[in-house]
Amino acid sequence: MSDRLPGFSTLAVHAGAQPDPTTGARATPIYQTTSFVFNDADHAASLFGLQSFGNIYTRIGNPTNAVLEERVAALEGGTAALAVASGHAAQVVVMQQLLQPGDEFIAARKLYGGSINQFSHSFKSFGWNVVWADPDDIASFERAVTPRTKAIFIESIANPGGSITDIEAVSTVARKAGVPLIVDNTLASPYLIRPIDHGADIVVHSLTKFLGGHGNSIGGVIVDAGTFDWSKDNRYPMLSEPRPEYHGIKLHETFGNFAFAIACRVLGLRDLGPALSPFNAFLILTGIETLPLRMQRHCDNAKAIAEFLSGHPAVSSVSYAGLSSDKYNQLARKYSPKGAGAVFTFSLKGGYDAGVSLVSNLKLFSHLANVGDTRSLVIHPASTTHSQLDDAAKVKSGAGPDVVRLSIGIEDKEDLIADLEQALSA
Amino acid sequence: MNHDAYPDNYIRGILNSVKSIAMVGASPVNVRPSYFAFKYLAQRGYDMIPVNPGHVGKELLGKPFVASLRDLGRPVDMIDIFRNSSHIIPVVEEALTLYPLPKVIWMQLGARDDAAAEKAEAAGIKVVMNRCPKIEYGRLSSEISWMGVNSRTISAKRPPAPTQGMRLSLNRMSMGGGETAASDRAAKITTDKNKTEQS
Repeated sequence: MSDRLPGFSTLAVHAGAQPDPTTGARATPIYQTTSFVFNDADHAASLFGLQSFGNIYTRIGNPTNAVLEERVAALEGGTAALAVASGHAAQVVVMQQLLQPGDEFIAARKLYGGSINQFSHSFKSFGWNVVWADPDDIASFERAVTPRTKAIFIESIANPGGSITDIEAVSTVARKAGVPLIVDNTLASPYLIRPIDHGADIVVHSLTKFLGGHGNSIGGVIVDAGTFDWSKDNRYPMLSEPRPEYHGIKLHETFGNFAFAIACRVLGLRDLGPALSPFNAFLILTGIETLPLRMQRHCDNAKAIAEFLSGHPAVSSVSYAGLSSDKYNQLARKYSPKGAGAVFTFSLKGGYDAGVSLVSNLKLFSHLANVGDTRSLVIHPASTTHSQLDDAAKVKSGAGPDVVRLSIGIEDKEDLIADLEQALSA
Repeated sequence: MNHDAYPDNYIRGILNSVKSIAMVGASPVNVRPSYFAFKYLAQRGYDMIPVNPGHVGKELLGKPFVASLRDLGRPVDMIDIFRNSSHIIPVVEEALTLYPLPKVIWMQLGARDDAAAEKAEAAGIKVVMNRCPKIEYGRLSSEISWMGVNSRTISAKRPPAPTQGMRLSLNRMSMGGGETAASDRAAKITTDKNKTEQS
């Protein structure tokens, strides 16, 4: 058998899955069970002690979820992955492995509004302190580094404005600071951007969006790039020090280049508990099989609609990195040559009121708080996803009062343009 | 050999061809990685020999400890070294005095000594560094996929069922009492047939 590497579309269909050995079932079975029977007492003890590979309890691992995990790890080019209940859960589990109370992490200011809230408020109560930096000013990351910095967090394509982050430049800052770079790759999906190829050490996703792709299941995933040396100093004791809950095992020593994914599972998921339902894992897996086809269609549609909007008299500006006039077009060509994603914003000359009226006049676009669905979606961030931010922070994160966010689906683009046309002129 | 990235076929070839493994630094402490790597490889059918001068006279999972490679008393296919990078060279030098030479010298996760590797390779020995044979076996057999690890393998073939035939079904508890179930009769016939064949 040759070592020829399968292509992305082959991995999207096959990675992690094989016919079920017991029944021959070809689709991945939904192992809807809480627990797994041990062979004997010795087997049970070795599983609990992390000495054997195997299933114990669905809060820690499940065979359906494992297929999903391996598939995403393969698509991202990582060593291992862990699926969890949501994208937010993925972020909590990641930070729990990296930060002790009183520690800091640097985050790009342009993020999904939910992440801004989670970092600003919930994480504070754990003593994890976020320090904001400007993704358009790489030096601001460098200035934010202190001896307590434990990680840097960015989005590859940033929500809501669809701006592209210079991942390699931020990775250089992270390497110099000796901390891992975490990239939220939700809006790009590995079809468009593989952050590990550009220096990311950890990739997180909301599986709810393009990976699942059908707007039917909440889920999250953490991918370990296997690139970070957790034992080079004593800054990451969860990985480098003996773990009392596992008889003194050192996770990095024992698991090598997938130790971070294991730590997330056996210290994070096990103890914090945000397990993904195997049923959701199955739906998301089915979605991933068509990711390359859907994502290309999403991008092609989005570009056509961004072009239509930028020529419309009611529109004052369109923020889509796929437009050659866009500020982020150069970065899009470098990092995301197949397309600049399908989530972007535009501003209306009529301001806040025009935004509200557009949302209510659209007939084919659904007004809801999600992105990355087969269906086209619309929302007014200032009054919804980013409403908890103050006015200045709204503008800084690209969610000013006149801004409307679209997530373009895979319908016929002519129908989407016709719907926008009628809503803008209504 | 590029010791930064081994082709899967190289590792697969080694794990498929070696039968006996002397593990230098094997520990009887059941929470040490060497202990559970030893146990895992023994369970997968490898002929394992624990090497550790501190435990001579004792056994590891039924296998007597030997003090050093010189005390093996028989040829081995592979030496698996569970020592820090700084303790590799003397073990490799000792391995090079064996006759016949081992086919493979494997240095555990975290252990790497390029000079020692060069010496071994010059003698025609295959070398693996900074890897764990348990993890590699689990990865290439996709068993480790249960932990969400990227096995970097795909297959559309149905793997062998984990149990042998339907023999385990004979252990099923009878719910209704009596001996009416067809499976019980089938089992009885099989058992009787086996008895006849054996006698």
